[in-house]
Amino acid sequence: MDMKVAKKLGLKERYTLMTRDLAWDTTYQPMDKVFPQVTFEGIKIHDWDKWEDPFRLTMDAYWKYQAEKERKLYAILDAFNQNNGHLSVTDARYMNVLKLFLGSTPPLELMAARGFSMVGRQMVGAGPRVACQMQAVDEYRHFQTQIHSISNYNKFYNGMDEFAHQQSRMWYLSDGKSFFDDAITAGPFEFMVAIGFAFEYVLTNILFVPFISGAAYNGDMAAMTVGFSAQSDEARHMTLGLECIKFMLEQDPDNLPIVQRWIDKWTWRGTRKLASVGMMMDYMLPKRIMSFKEAWEIYFEQNGAALFTDLARYGITVPKCFSQTIEEKEHVTHQSWIGFYMKPDATPFHTWIPGKEELDWLSEKYPNTFDKYYRPVYEFLDQQEKTGNRFNNKTQPMNCQVCVSTIKFNEPGDPMSTCFRETRYKGEKFHFCSDHCKDIFEHEPEKYVQTYISSHQGLQGNCAPEGVDVNAPDFNPGDHIADYWKLDKRATGDFNGSEDQKNFAAWRDQATKN
Amino acid sequence: MQIDLRTVSITPLRQTFGHLARRMGADKPASRYMEATMDLQPVENFHYRPTWEPQYDIFDATRTKIVMKDWYALKDPRQYYYGTWTLARGRMQETAEGDFDLVDELGLAAAYPDAGKDHALSVFLPLRHVAWASNLNNGYVSAYGYGIAITQAACYASMDQLGVAQYVTRLGMAFNDLDALASAKNAWLNGQEWQALRHWVEDLMVEKDWFALMVAQDFVLDGLLYPLIYDRFNDKLNDTYGPVFSMLTRFQREWFGETAKWMDSILKVAAAESPENKAVLAGWINTFRERAVNALIPIAEIAFGDTAGSELDDAVQQLHARAAKAGIAL
Ligand SMILES: [Fe+2]
Ligand SMILES: [Fe+2]
Ligand SMILES: [Zn+2]
Repeated sequence: MDMKVAKKLGLKERYTLMTRDLAWDTTYQPMDKVFPQVTFEGIKIHDWDKWEDPFRLTMDAYWKYQAEKERKLYAILDAFNQNNGHLSVTDARYMNVLKLFLGSTPPLELMAARGFSMVGRQMVGAGPRVACQMQAVDEYRHFQTQIHSISNYNKFYNGMDEFAHQQSRMWYLSDGKSFFDDAITAGPFEFMVAIGFAFEYVLTNILFVPFISGAAYNGDMAAMTVGFSAQSDEARHMTLGLECIKFMLEQDPDNLPIVQRWIDKWTWRGTRKLASVGMMMDYMLPKRIMSFKEAWEIYFEQNGAALFTDLARYGITVPKCFSQTIEEKEHVTHQSWIGFYMKPDATPFHTWIPGKEELDWLSEKYPNTFDKYYRPVYEFLDQQEKTGNRFNNKTQPMNCQVCVSTIKFNEPGDPMSTCFRETRYKGEKFHFCSDHCKDIFEHEPEKYVQTYISSHQGLQGNCAPEGVDVNAPDFNPGDHIADYWKLDKRATGDFNGSEDQKNFAAWRDQATKN
Repeated sequence: MQIDLRTVSITPLRQTFGHLARRMGADKPASRYMEATMDLQPVENFHYRPTWEPQYDIFDATRTKIVMKDWYALKDPRQYYYGTWTLARGRMQETAEGDFDLVDELGLAAAYPDAGKDHALSVFLPLRHVAWASNLNNGYVSAYGYGIAITQAACYASMDQLGVAQYVTRLGMAFNDLDALASAKNAWLNGQEWQALRHWVEDLMVEKDWFALMVAQDFVLDGLLYPLIYDRFNDKLNDTYGPVFSMLTRFQREWFGETAKWMDSILKVAAAESPENKAVLAGWINTFRERAVNALIPIAEIAFGDTAGSELDDAVQQLHARAAKAGIAL
């Protein structure tokens, strides 16, 4: 009597039947032709069966849970939109958080979707392949729900309507784009370290928790719900990234130095990318949750240190940049916000000088640096603004050849001077924001000479809108760049006096008074 | 801070995003499908070339012979973005769950005549590996295809095929027969009847043109296999023994009926784009059909015995009719 056999299966065996047992080693086509990308990075895998499935979710269960989540999510979005929920946010400055988010995040979620589809095609083992495919489809969910949640705001506020056009063209979105372009053009294993591990595991909390709690604190139910709803997906993504690291390290000792170099590289690249999230926390949220410094201490220094302690048994050490990021946490957000404030014609979101209470909050949160270095700058800028001399930096920035950020961060150990590095490659000079970016370049110069630097491209006449003759004698790239970006004038410059500010005030009045 | 808002009507500044307004030719509200899909994939200013295929850009329209002025013309008539797709699949899995429960509660599998059961399982169970291949092949389309309209639909199709492979596995488990799953895998790997089909799907795993792969896998192979097995073979089992298999493969039937509409629409739009596209598609369908039919003959024979030839002919006719409706003369 073998009639009960299948019912007695444990969860693990059952999941094996539902995934790995479906797979076979091809014989009519050689395996290395079916999966051509798994060797060129130098990672050695001897036994794909040793992969431990980080979660065991069959498609029927996946559809069931996810459908339930989507039903709830869209019901909340619909209600929020119908009731003019946008008028319940703390103040109209909050909209600028959404502008920054919409420009930078959904386009990267999309790249994650495509990247995980690629890795989900290339991994030889059935376990990692299925896990990556599931993440790919989740990432479709993320960029789509994010766009859907901000879509209604776009109807009422300026600066969100051209995010799709701007994602590949706007200078300040170039750092995120270069991050994902870099990961997706690397091999499948490096992609997993870059996105699956460094991004999803080491940095995801500091990326999303501030946005989600920031949304909640500031009355944005739409973004908050989208964020919370994505959290259970992220939990799966994190376990996948970590499992992938462990798997590589357990397979062959030769993998260790490669993985370590990737961890060093991607932790640094991720850190650079986070400067703008920090700026959002410290400057853009009308009601603050915590300072970037505090978030960095909890999510990176403490949680990160625990993680690397855990990985020490494989020989992994704390990323090289760890101590520099600790020093920088007291500076980067201020330097970033000042940088954006000084370029009022070049972003589709508004900037402002923090009010008195906000400056005090910053002084309190950044006792070592704010009063000493940054408060005086704001006071000076404020004075200039009041006397009709609002600062407007029209010079082309110098960009880092690796992370593409504007070279503006300070020299380690010396907050008063800008850190600047350069190197020569094949007779050409390249510039960097830091030793870490320089190292990354020098390890793979053929890759990083390709970096698309928008300020260079602009000067070369490659950033002109259609219909403009870049060879005309009077062509001046600066004249057309705003059109190339499809930058709405109403969305730029100071928040004070902006259309957003006036409209919000009038609409809220209408909705709250009789 | 909790604010009480009165319901007031405010005139929006705009109805939709700029890229959608330009696409629609007017500033008017766009559907959630449009918002989730159109013009979102980067098309220029890539930073680096793929280290794994430096001859291409990260997203590169020349990865297929098919040429489109606008890749977002390849819309999904089902308007599936993640939310609508999962909701649709969520409903289908609920039905499937009910079917599996019912079969279990009523002991329908145990009561099924042995001869019928062995016959049915010998046909259905190896198909879990075919669905697995389709999962991989649709994964290729979602990875290297051009434009979110096609890559998201392929991504969903890829996950759907994983679902199909798992439902077929559960079919084996519903009959409490792990041995049958093992011998089906053995048949797939070594059985004479299955080798032409395995050879064909393995060849598809190395096809580099993603559009060709989609035509071969989704239009031609599934276009023959699903009607042949999930419709006709089920009919035969129903007539001879009873409807249990039909119940336990309902997902596949419904899925094919729905997904075929998507495929047909993709082919129709791509063919209508240019005579060159039309010729390429016709060429592909002819070549792929030949391979697929050859691969399916021995399986049709297991399923239908003497009438295998005519059953397969009918399925081919059905496929030709779909191609003709899409404007592709073979
Ligand atoms: Fe995501
Ligand atoms: Fe994620
Ligand atoms: Zn840099």
